[in-house]
Amino acid sequence: MSGAVLSVRDLEVRFTFRDGGVFSPGARTLAAVSGISFDLGAGEALGIVGETGCGKSTLARAILGLVEPSGGQVLWLGENLVGMDSGALRRKREELQIIFQDPLAALDPRMTVRDIIAEPLRAFYPKMPSPEVDDRVRGMMRTVGLLPDQINRYPHEFSGGQCQRIGIARALVLNPRLVICDEPVSALDVSIQAQIIGLLKDLQRELNLSLLFIAHDLAVVRHISDRVMVMYLGRAMEIAGRGNLYRRPLHPYTSALIKAVPVPDPKLARQVRDTGLTGDMPSVLNPPAGCVFHDRCPYRVGRCEAEAPVLRRLENGDQVACHRAEELDLTIGKPSHLS
Amino acid sequence: MTTNADRPGTGAAAVPGADGVRGRSPRQDAWRRLRRNRAAVVSAGVMGVIVLLVLFGPMLIAWDPDYTDWAHTAAPPSLASGHWLGTDAVGRDILVRTLEGGRISLLVGLVATLVSLLIGVGYGAVAGYFGGLTDRLMMRAVDIIYALPFMFFVILLMVVFGRNILLIFAAIGAVNWLDMSRIVRGQTLGLKNAEFIEAARACGVGPWGIIRRHIVPNLLGVVVVYMTLTIPQVILIESFLSFLGLGVQEPMSSWGALVSDGAQDMETTPWTLIVPAVMLTVTLYCFNYLGDGLRDALDPKDRA
Amino acid sequence: MPLLQLKDLNVRFDTPEGEVRAVTNMSFTIDAGESLAIVGESGSGKTQTMLAVMGLLADNGRASGEALFKGRDLLRMSAPELNRHRGSEIAMIFQDSMTSLNPYLRVEKQMTEVLAQHRGLGRAEARAHAVEMLAAVRIPDPERRIRQYPHEYSGGMRQRVMVAMALLCRPDLLIADEPTTALDVTVQAQISQLMRELRAASNTAIVLITHDLGVVAGLCERVMVLYAGEVVECGGVDDIYDRPRHPYTRGLLESVPRLDQPEETSLRAIPGDPPNLLALPGGCRFRQRCPHASDACTETPPLRAGGGGHRWRCFLEDGA
Repeated sequence: MSGAVLSVRDLEVRFTFRDGGVFSPGARTLAAVSGISFDLGAGEALGIVGETGCGKSTLARAILGLVEPSGGQVLWLGENLVGMDSGALRRKREELQIIFQDPLAALDPRMTVRDIIAEPLRAFYPKMPSPEVDDRVRGMMRTVGLLPDQINRYPHEFSGGQCQRIGIARALVLNPRLVICDEPVSALDVSIQAQIIGLLKDLQRELNLSLLFIAHDLAVVRHISDRVMVMYLGRAMEIAGRGNLYRRPLHPYTSALIKAVPVPDPKLARQVRDTGLTGDMPSVLNPPAGCVFHDRCPYRVGRCEAEAPVLRRLENGDQVACHRAEELDLTIGKPSHLS
Repeated sequence: MTTNADRPGTGAAAVPGADGVRGRSPRQDAWRRLRRNRAAVVSAGVMGVIVLLVLFGPMLIAWDPDYTDWAHTAAPPSLASGHWLGTDAVGRDILVRTLEGGRISLLVGLVATLVSLLIGVGYGAVAGYFGGLTDRLMMRAVDIIYALPFMFFVILLMVVFGRNILLIFAAIGAVNWLDMSRIVRGQTLGLKNAEFIEAARACGVGPWGIIRRHIVPNLLGVVVVYMTLTIPQVILIESFLSFLGLGVQEPMSSWGALVSDGAQDMETTPWTLIVPAVMLTVTLYCFNYLGDGLRDALDPKDRA
Repeated sequence: MPLLQLKDLNVRFDTPEGEVRAVTNMSFTIDAGESLAIVGESGSGKTQTMLAVMGLLADNGRASGEALFKGRDLLRMSAPELNRHRGSEIAMIFQDSMTSLNPYLRVEKQMTEVLAQHRGLGRAEARAHAVEMLAAVRIPDPERRIRQYPHEYSGGMRQRVMVAMALLCRPDLLIADEPTTALDVTVQAQISQLMRELRAASNTAIVLITHDLGVVAGLCERVMVLYAGEVVECGGVDDIYDRPRHPYTRGLLESVPRLDQPEETSLRAIPGDPPNLLALPGGCRFRQRCPHASDACTETPPLRAGGGGHRWRCFLEDGA
């Protein structure tokens, strides 16, 4: 895709650890991320959803180089970040930032708000004079909705939502072009979630940020994303435009996820919606053969166990990794049948 | 999964913008908790008194530590003779000797601990943060040094270089930093996975910056606690050396040397043993209570 | 006689920063077989209310008022007496199943322990019951699974084990504190479904404590909304969701992203921060965040009633 600022190609992250005793050494490999490829344009927001073990957090860290990828490429403005030497990679951090899930844990408890937000400035512009640093910090605080006179306070004196605002301020102080949001609202109260989601949306628009928004909550992702990628056991199941994905998902897993989301409407909730899933999530250490989803999929056929589907592009530009994508009509609300 | 979920007392900060701009640092919180620990406060008070006595006492007392009062040799404590805590076999005033000796003991304790702190914290933090081969090599070195028989090593030094007080500092400090480095390394291992460390990396802070600005300040709590427990240890080691006859040389004295001397004359002049022994013991108790209090005050889980 | 009746329950905590009033003058009843949701966010007091009922408050907490379970006041019971009720007539399941289960004991031991303690069953009989219960919560291969340790189960399965353990003695009241919050959404759906089925099969009253309005809608008949330790609105689930009267309830419903609304719908966030329980404002505790606040709100708002047991506290005549 031309105009893509970030292109990820076949990204792999594997963790090996020793198994077995002293006398029977063995190594087990955990493929946290397998073969993820996608593009992200300037000013675009891509939502990444998945459940535990799908690898979305690992993916985020691998893109930023906080975790070392085992293979594949991460092309940022044309340059491959994988394998880049640490000094050069560190300089890229000015353009690529991240917001974390646990707002309080992401802030050093012994630093004031000023020090926390100023830290990236000091790291990249150590010679910037203090008054200027202060100005920028205060400006950032105002931008994210914090009162600048709180600048000398410590993280534990703030609420969760305010801590997250501090984290956002810190991430944006260098004017990055890409911000990865790793479950930024999961740990917050419901009423505060809406504030932070609103803030992120506004900031994205104003600053023309590219956003990778990771969440397990499909409804939240829908609010902020232009396109959505669904992950399962380290692999991408579907990448589709927001409108299409929620109305007519292409992958059975996406359909199950959507049906599983509890709707805050008693009448709708009383109609039992069967997700169609069988069994439990398999262990990441031992993924099923062929299509990793096949053992839980209500639409599986023989081919699914034998052959892993490749993420392929359909006519409308959406991508799906399912052998039966063309046959199935998974429109939400319709009883599923073959079209 | 809410960070502030129903924990009473947490939640919103003080009303935004109302009271001043000063924040309440975790250090201030810990300080407040420490002040409420009676044993620790009392210990700190007693320590304070001892330090004052040790520093200023000898100047205020009539007797010089090496003045031999032939009129009152081996005299028991009495107010009349002017020797409130008695004299030893050659007539030296026990009180002033004990206070002078206290200067040496406390000095050894403090300096050796500081040395071990300076070396140990840096060493342990680096080993813990960088991990991998660096960590393994560095800690193996520690293990090897640990294995060397300390006493043998010290005795050797003393024999070769003489009983120099600086040498004692060096010898004790050279061994104590090992413990400190292990503790600091352990703490660092835990800290380095904290999310705010990852955040600092994401902000472009290099590894040395992270160690300096994030790891070490967050370790200081443990380090301070450990220091208050190390100081008594060091004082005891010095006392032990003195007991063996390897400690500070005459006319300088330390509590350990005094105890050693006093033990020899225990039957005839028990006060020569009791006075320094009591001072030593009280000091050790105080440091230990203080250390306990600090540990409780700095433990974040102790928030009621 | 109602199964559980709370009268003016107050829960206070002594903290170094001052006294925290977690729950203020809470009164409500639960009848046999009813399902009630207690909805609230941080500082609402929803968990502390039920912990007080169960006698599980932290050391620095004090509960006053009355908590009548089948007519007997739980707050005034001695510890041994309370223990007889806990686990057998009133059971509680918690959010984090990993820390609620003893990692060193096999599941069988943990379950049979409950049965031996409360129903005096022998080992073989207790084991049979436990296996039966595991099957009822859809644990596959229960005979084999029961011999395993908690860490060998997935998160969802552990939560099922918790539910099974809670139901072993056929309690009259089951308190579930955020049972699905820590679970993946597909697993959440399964647990919700399980709880629905169990409710249909027995007459256990359920109190569901949660902040998730979606889960509530599918499971409970009545809803009680808490804010800063007080009940702000309560009523039947349809009333609460279709005709929310209190500005907070309305704000909550409007701030939750929903899949059943068109994607362009914007979220209306409630401004401000969660309440500071050390410094609660007088009068209506929500007024600092309420879009309809007026000077009148500095006084205690009156109780208003709609039809069908729908009640709320607000100065606004007609609700928000």
